[in-house]
Amino acid sequence: MNIVVCVKQTPDTAATVTVQDGKVSWGDAPLVLNPWDEFAVEQALRTKEAHGGKVTAVSLGAEGAKEALKQALAMGCDEAVLISDPAFASADSLVVSAALAAAIGKLGEVDLAFFGRQAVDSDTGVTGAQVARRLGWPSLSLVAAVRALDPGAKSIEVERMLEEGRQEVRSRLPAVISVTKELNEPRYPSFMGIRKASKAVIPVWSAADLGMAAVPAPALTWPEVISPPKVDTQCEVIQGDTIEAIADKLVTRLLEEKVL
Amino acid sequence: MAANILVYIDHFQGQAGQSSWEAVGAARSLAQALGGEVTALVAAADGSALAAQAIQHGADRALVSDDPALAEYRAEPYASTVAKMARHAGGSALLFPTTGRTRELAGMVAVDLETGVTPDAIALEVKDGSVLATRPIYAGKLLTKEACLGRLHVLTLRARAFPKPEPSAGKSGPIENVPADVGAPAPEVLGYKATGGGVSLTDAGVIVSGGRGVSNNPKLTPPAEITDEKQKEVWRAQQGFVLVRDLASALGAAVGASRAAVDAGYIPYAHQVGQTGKVVSPDLYIACGISGAIQHLAGMRTSKTIVAVNKDPEAPIFRVARFGIVGDLFEVLPALTKAFKAKLGK
Repeated sequence: MNIVVCVKQTPDTAATVTVQDGKVSWGDAPLVLNPWDEFAVEQALRTKEAHGGKVTAVSLGAEGAKEALKQALAMGCDEAVLISDPAFASADSLVVSAALAAAIGKLGEVDLAFFGRQAVDSDTGVTGAQVARRLGWPSLSLVAAVRALDPGAKSIEVERMLEEGRQEVRSRLPAVISVTKELNEPRYPSFMGIRKASKAVIPVWSAADLGMAAVPAPALTWPEVISPPKVDTQCEVIQGDTIEAIADKLVTRLLEEKVL
Repeated sequence: MAANILVYIDHFQGQAGQSSWEAVGAARSLAQALGGEVTALVAAADGSALAAQAIQHGADRALVSDDPALAEYRAEPYASTVAKMARHAGGSALLFPTTGRTRELAGMVAVDLETGVTPDAIALEVKDGSVLATRPIYAGKLLTKEACLGRLHVLTLRARAFPKPEPSAGKSGPIENVPADVGAPAPEVLGYKATGGGVSLTDAGVIVSGGRGVSNNPKLTPPAEITDEKQKEVWRAQQGFVLVRDLASALGAAVGASRAAVDAGYIPYAHQVGQTGKVVSPDLYIACGISGAIQHLAGMRTSKTIVAVNKDPEAPIFRVARFGIVGDLFEVLPALTKAFKAKLGK
């Protein structure tokens, strides 16, 4: 199977993120492979291990995003491609989805494209579905289990997480799958994998390489990024002689403050 | 025309959740500020009841696409149909409630309309005649304001971030039928598997959550047939979660969990609150045996009132809590359940 996994480089989730002169800053916190994307990489690798073929990791970002691709290679992806062009600097999801769809188109007859459910920086969670729409492929989002996959019949059965329960669906291939963390446990890169990844030469595709002679202007503008208003919470520690007295007092205080 | 606001009524097999009515209320406020009208968009097997409900909750009129192919939610026919209705109605913004369905749906509609999408907005305002949305990024560590000038702005609205309007039973308005567009190939729905049921986390007014601490009861002795240490821990945690569930059921609350509890196998992922789980903002959040890692806080710190129960007085959770009880949750939770039952008359 020809499998693609789209990944993003993001700051670590433990980073302290602030606004400096109207710009987002994460100080010297490390940049990592978006944690959600680790599940997508893992599922792409398991699919290849079960059915054969190759896995190509694709990312859109600055030159530094090659580090996230190297992480994907170290986990076991066969190839990686970086999409990078100054024209994408202020891209919104509409532009990003166009670029990723073009890149997937350039990778030949792709059967499956995996995405993490969202990136931990921009938190949009729409890119996979938008890429699917541009490719005209079914979008299988929030997938929590793959029940059956038949590359010959070009058919896949998955379970998707909805609030009301798991929706079980059957789809044709090619398809786009965005995964939740229930799907698998991502592997750690092996020593050999890390060595291989460190030597990998990752090709860079520009907008022109993707056939995007004119990159569309983003539809969205971001007039302002702000820190959330500081909420000054004074914790009132409830005390009493017995557990029962403490419980009673808490309930009374919640009723007094009209919380309930 | 451009002052009009469109609002999509999200539903599961014909039943809309309260977040759809919150979106109608938000649409009403925007339309008022812009001097326009609110049009509800309904795609369903039979959308007439949903359309009438949308009008009762504040929409001026509704467009309905009825089609048997829309009986089960599938992104492809829904997106084509909603995009068609949006083109037909026109407007400056199209609001969706944020649910498991609508992030992908809104994204796909935005592609069809070649426009921008703002997911999970928590505040809306009108600036210079167009919509300006505020949404959290970096798991709520920052907020960004987004605008989509000169095009229809597609947005999804976080549940419980906007007030739910009271329906007025007698209100009616025009309902127009628009033929659905269900031509695109789409997956086939085979069925549904229930996931424990209970109160939906994102819609819940009260949430009781358990963390790593729920396994920490040395007084409990696992049955002799459990020999594996890890299994013993999970067994202990499950007894702890019985207390969490008891308190939740006394309050009509949903049950949440920290990532640590989910990763340790105490409770399924569907219950996880936090940066890599669900983002919630109930009126009351009771955190039991949760230390308060930054990733957990990201998912619940916008709760109106937070109560923390923890043995460790230094736990970071107390820094965001309005009320705290320093103590053993295995003693505190049963006492709380009893006290709530007594005072709430249940």
